Order: sequence, then structure tokens, then C-alpha cells
Amino acid sequence: MTAFDFPYPVMTAEAEALRSEVRAFLDEELGALRAAGQYIGWTHADPEFSRKLGARGWIGMTWPKAYGGGERSATERYVAIEEMLAAGAPVGAHWTADRQVGPLLLGHGSEEQRRLLLPGIAAGTCYVAIGLSEPGVGSDLASVKARATPVDGGYRLSGTKIWTTNAHLSHYAVVLCRTDGEPADRHAGLSQLLVDLKAPGIEIRPIVDMTGAHSFNEVHFADVFIPEAMLIGTRGNGWVQVSGEMGSERSGPDRFLSSFAVVEALVRRTREEPTDERRAAVGRLVGHVAVLRRLSASIAEMIRNGEDPTVQGALVKDIGTALEQEIPEVARRLFAIEPSPLGEDPLAALVGSTLLASPSFTLRGGTREILRGIIARGLGVR
Amino acid sequence: MRELFDRETVRRGSSGEWLAESWQAIDALGLTQALVKEADGGPGIDPADAADMLRLVGYWAVPLPLAEAMLGAGLLAQSGMAVAGGPMTLAPPHRTTVALEHRGDGWFADGHAARVPWGRCAATLLLIAAAADGPCLVALPAGLFTVKEGANLAGEPRDDVRFNTSLPATAVQPIGMTADDVHAAGAALRTVMTAGGVQRLLDLTLGFAAEHRQFGRPIAKFQAVQQNLAMLAGQAALCRAASDMAAQALFARDGRVAIAMAKARAGEAAALAAHLAHQVHGAIGFTEEYDLHLYSRRLLAWREEYGNEAEWNAIVGQACLDSADGAWALITRHGGFAR
Ligand SMILES: Cc1cc2nc3c(=O)[nH]c(=O)nc-3n(C[C@H](O)[C@H](O)[C@H](O)COP(=O)(O)OP(=O)(O)OC[C@H]3O[C@@H](n4cnc5c(N)ncnc54)[C@H](O)[C@@H]3O)c2cc1C
Repeated sequence: MTAFDFPYPVMTAEAEALRSEVRAFLDEELGALRAAGQYIGWTHADPEFSRKLGARGWIGMTWPKAYGGGERSATERYVAIEEMLAAGAPVGAHWTADRQVGPLLLGHGSEEQRRLLLPGIAAGTCYVAIGLSEPGVGSDLASVKARATPVDGGYRLSGTKIWTTNAHLSHYAVVLCRTDGEPADRHAGLSQLLVDLKAPGIEIRPIVDMTGAHSFNEVHFADVFIPEAMLIGTRGNGWVQVSGEMGSERSGPDRFLSSFAVVEALVRRTREEPTDERRAAVGRLVGHVAVLRRLSASIAEMIRNGEDPTVQGALVKDIGTALEQEIPEVARRLFAIEPSPLGEDPLAALVGSTLLASPSFTLRGGTREILRGIIARGLGVR
Repeated sequence: MRELFDRETVRRGSSGEWLAESWQAIDALGLTQALVKEADGGPGIDPADAADMLRLVGYWAVPLPLAEAMLGAGLLAQSGMAVAGGPMTLAPPHRTTVALEHRGDGWFADGHAARVPWGRCAATLLLIAAAADGPCLVALPAGLFTVKEGANLAGEPRDDVRFNTSLPATAVQPIGMTADDVHAAGAALRTVMTAGGVQRLLDLTLGFAAEHRQFGRPIAKFQAVQQNLAMLAGQAALCRAASDMAAQALFARDGRVAIAMAKARAGEAAALAAHLAHQVHGAIGFTEEYDLHLYSRRLLAWREEYGNEAEWNAIVGQACLDSADGAWALITRHGGFAR
């Protein structure tokens, strides 16, 4: 049989206890907004909220205590983050640092780098942007043009990164660049650098997205000095490292819960104005989420077992993001609303903001087509 | 399973022939007893392991009423009833109407059951009836019911059965599961079989795409075909997750919502999977001679049995409306993974 192995997900009593704790916290923090029909969304950056989570030990939950982590189980982390995402908690500020930079540094970073960043990340005060994409370099990441030239004591980095989410409020960025060889060498000769965004020679320009928000940026590096100690892992091994990092980037519940607030809003509205069609449509969406959640939790289990979740992660993200895009469409079929982010009707407002954001769901973190390519490779046909 | 159900055997069974030898072999292996609880004298197999077997039934398109026999054997053991040997099937509880009356020392049963899997071949037909003091199981031996033959979309025998007969006291016994419970259990078993069937579609389609050539190369080398294969693999993964969810909820006290989610989700995924598998196969997959339809037709047919997507989605939807703390809380309550 050719099915991908999805290990049986686990749930523990500790994790369920934590769920209640996180849920109570979120009710308190977001309850008033929610009652007013407002919803924030996980991509929203709110440093104050991040600090509160840090104080509770809900960032870097599985990391060693020596680095400010909580040494909690992968299952507990899974439960905490799924609760936050389902509630639309504004976790954007620390999200990438917690999701992928921490694991990257624990896997490949030096002791110095870990001590420099991890405690701050876990406290919810240090944010790290991801510098992969460049103008003209998107899906074909191996063609990055940013170049770090070895000099005395380190490197000089030149180039441009684009779509860099939250660079404007981040302290560091992990930048994929070429340290060795030529563009024709493709994957060989790429490295990851940990860049202090306050360093001289860096310019961060905002890019406003189609929702009207400023969350991503263009970041220019003009001959920026990067100390040798800020090379992550092995020089020239950047591709391997970044591939592992993308495995954790793609596989979490953030890849199917982006529109979940719409589902909750649909339930509330259907309660007020029930019809058979609405009941069935809402039940269908909830069932879809529940089954995907099982696959997603199973990936958390893979990570815990030290297995490579690249293909499974791509599969869950492909199906999950399609669902995220379908949810607002279902909502507008069920209720005669005019979606608009500024609408007074809470459902219309939520569907409006979700619809506007939805093109990004199947782009960010690897496009749908690229994900399917990864799955096809996993099936052995590529 | 693979040896018992080679291509030729599956085709004979799929054309409606009763595979008496295969049935005996399966029965002798004890597979029909897999859902009999240890307390009732069964092997005490974890429902998840029983589901593994049933997934193979879907994978190999086993043309026998094994799910019904397994479920029926579990109910029978629970009731403490003994029946004659031979093939047994279970009438779909939501398609069954039985009027039961005490007569003398025994009973009189009048009613009918629609879409009974392999009713025509059953030595024993089990029915769920609602008696005044709770649900009971009724065992009708062959000869006491008449059969009008029918079939589902896949050509699997689904017969309409009528009866109007006296029964001994021993043929009716109370059980701890209502018609709704058995309906849900049947849905869970179809979900598991669906996961097996979709897995088979994936395997067949991958094999075909690697071998079949156009434009001088295997079609698996075309990106558009690869994307279809990736989507098909996604449907297989979804069905497997739904199957695990359903198996875990089988016989659980409030397993109904989980089964509802799983059955509806798997049904939708199975249809897309069938569509993708046929697309990749081209015209050959549309022929009677090629085996693909043995699986794709069953998958489409099973969507309708023990409740279709609309029925189960509505149940999940109602559960959401009833869930004071909302949809997410419902998901975490019912979609759990603890074994
Ligand atoms: C909201 C948002 C936030 C983001 N945040 C970050 C960030 O923080 N850091 C960062 O580095 N990047 C970020 N990105 C960029 C993201 O990673 C890229 O958008 C993505 O990798 C695709 O690259 P592209 O946009 O250049 O599109 P392209 O790669 O040019 O793709 C255009 C189209 O062509 C298709 N295509 C490309 N190659 C193939 C192929 N081989 N086969 C089939 N189809 C193909 C794509 O699927 C797509 O449909 C973000 C993007 C968004 C939308």
C-alpha cells in the first residue's frame, strides 16, 4: 500500500488540563471582543499579547528550560496552539519565532545563538522574521540571489528579501543567502544567517497588502556586516536546514484554522435562524475541520517521534488551505449578507475580512502547486 | 484476504454469485466474530483492530456482507441468542419496520426491511425492533421471509424483505443498542470500508500512471497528472483519518457525533477520489473489463448506506447548535484521539 503513514495522534490528561487553562485565559482576553462580534486572527501581531503568553509559559513550550522553554510535551504544545488559533488569538508577533526559528536553532544553532534568542522568544519579547523570498524568487527558492561574501570575522550581506512578514517589528531575521558557488550551483552553497535587523545597512520598506494591512515588507541589505558567530549551522548546508524548517512551518493547525472564526459565527447565526440547509452546511464544515485536525495532530506526533513530516505537512496544508478558502464562500451561500470588513453585521464583517485574506492562504508557506509537487514526490512519481 | 479474494473470485461475487466457500473460509478464520465483545464470549479484539480487517474488506472489494455479519454477531452475542450456522446478515435499522406482538408463548412479527445486504443468501436475517420495554434483536431464519432482489449502484445485492410470521420466544431478545445506535455503528463500518476502497483506488491509479504512456513517457511524469495523484493521496489520508475516528467511536457511549463527522467526510472524499482515479485512468477505467469500477462504484454506493452525507452533516450541525460553548469545543470533545 502506498498511503502515507500518519501515526495515531495522542492526547494526554495533562494536555486536556492545559486546554482548559488556555481556553479560560483566551475567554478572558478575547471574550469581550468576541461578544461584540469582533475577531482578530492569528496573523495579527500584538506584542502585548505575546508577552502575556510568554509569561504563562506558552511560547517555546517544548524547549529546554535552560533556554527559557517549558520542557512540555509536543501534545501539550499542540493543544495550546490549536486553542489559540481556533480562538483567533493575535499570536502573529512571535508566531514564526516559536513555530520555526526556535526548532531551527535547537537543531542547528550554536550555543551562543540559542542563548541570545531563545529566552527572549519564549518570553514573548523577541520576534524573528523569515527572509526567504526575493523579488523574482518565490517558489524556486534555490535561486536566491542575496549573497553573503566572507570577510574577516564574518560576512558582508547584500540583496533584497520580499514579503518578509513582520520584519518591521522583528528583532532578527533568518536570511537564506548564497555564501558559496554560483546561482547555477542551485542548492549547494546556500547558508542561513541570523541577522540583527538593527544592523547598519538594512532598510525595511512596508508593503501594504490587499486587505489594507501592513504586515509584509521589502528588506534591503546593503553590505551589512554579519559576524561569523551568526551563521546558523553549517556553511553551505542552508538548503537542508531550510527544508527541515519548512516542514515545521507547513504542518501546524495554522494551516487549516485561519477561517475558523467564520464557522463559529455561522453556528451562532444558524442558532438564531435555523434551516435544514444551514444545519447541514455548518455540520459539514465542522466535520471537515475535525478530520483534518486528526491528521494535523498526527503530524505533531511524527515530529515528536523524530520523523520527517515534510510530505504529510504538505498534504494537510493543501487540504487545509482549500477548506480555509471554502468556508467564507459557504457562509455567503447560506446567509444573504454583503461581506465587508467594515460591515456592521458581525458575520458580514468576518466573512469580508476572511474573503480578502483568503488568496494568501494557498500562497504563503509554499503554494498549493508546490505542495502537490512535494506530495507527488512522496508518492514516488516525481 | 488477498488469497481468498483473487480477481476472478471478486468478479464472480460482484456479479451477484454467493461465494459459499469464501464465506466459510472467512467464518472459519473467526473474522465474523471480530466485534463480539470479550464479555459476550468473543475474542476481545480492539475495535481499531477489527477496523483494520474491515478496511481490507474495502481494499479488496470483498463481495460478502461481512460488515453486517460482524455487527450482527456482536448483537447476537449480546442478546445471548443462538442461531443456526450459515450466512447471516443484518437489515439496515433505519430501513426496517417491524411490528412485534406477543402470541402464545412466542411472538408474531409483521413488517419489512429494505436494502438488506445479501438478504437472498442469508440463513439468518437479524432485525432491530423497538419493543415496549426497549430495543430487541429479532432473528428470522431463511424461509420465514420473502425476498425481492435489488442492488446498489455497485451491483451489490440489496434486497427488500417481507415477513408476517410467528416466532418462538427465543427468536426475540432484548439488546442494549437502539436502532439509531446500530445505524451509527453501520455508518462507522462503512467509513472504515471506504478508507480501504480509496486506498485501493490510490494504489491502482499510481500503478497505472507509472506504466501507462502518452507522448513517449509515463503519464505520471506530467505535472497535471501528478497534481491529480497528490489530491487523490489527500483523499486517501482523509478517509483513513475518518476511519480511525469512526472506529474509535464505535460502540462508545457518545460516539455518534464522531461517527457522523467521519461518515460524511469520508463520503465526500471518496467521491472526489473516484473522480480523480477515473480521470487519471482515461477510457480504460470506464470499461467493464478493467477493475477500477469494482472499487469506484462501491465507494459511491456506500455513501448512501447507513446515512448519506446530508443526513450525518445535519446531525453534526444540530450538535453544534446544541453545544453551548460552540463548534470548536464540540470538535475537541468528540474528535478526540485518545485510544
Ligand atoms: C501573506 C504572505 C506572507 C508571506 N510571508 C513571507 C515571509 O515571511 N517570508 C518569506 O520569505 N516569504 C513570505 N511570503 C512569500 C511566499 O513564500 C511566496 O509567495 C511563495 O513562496 C510563492 O512565491 P511567489 O509569490 O513569488 O510566486 P511564484 O513562485 O512566482 O508562483 C506564481 C504561480 O506559479 C506557480 N508555480 C511556480 N512554480 C511552479 C512549479 N514548479 N510548478 C507549478 N506551478 C508553479 C505557483 O504555484 C503560483 O501559482 C509570504 C507570502 C504571503 C502571501
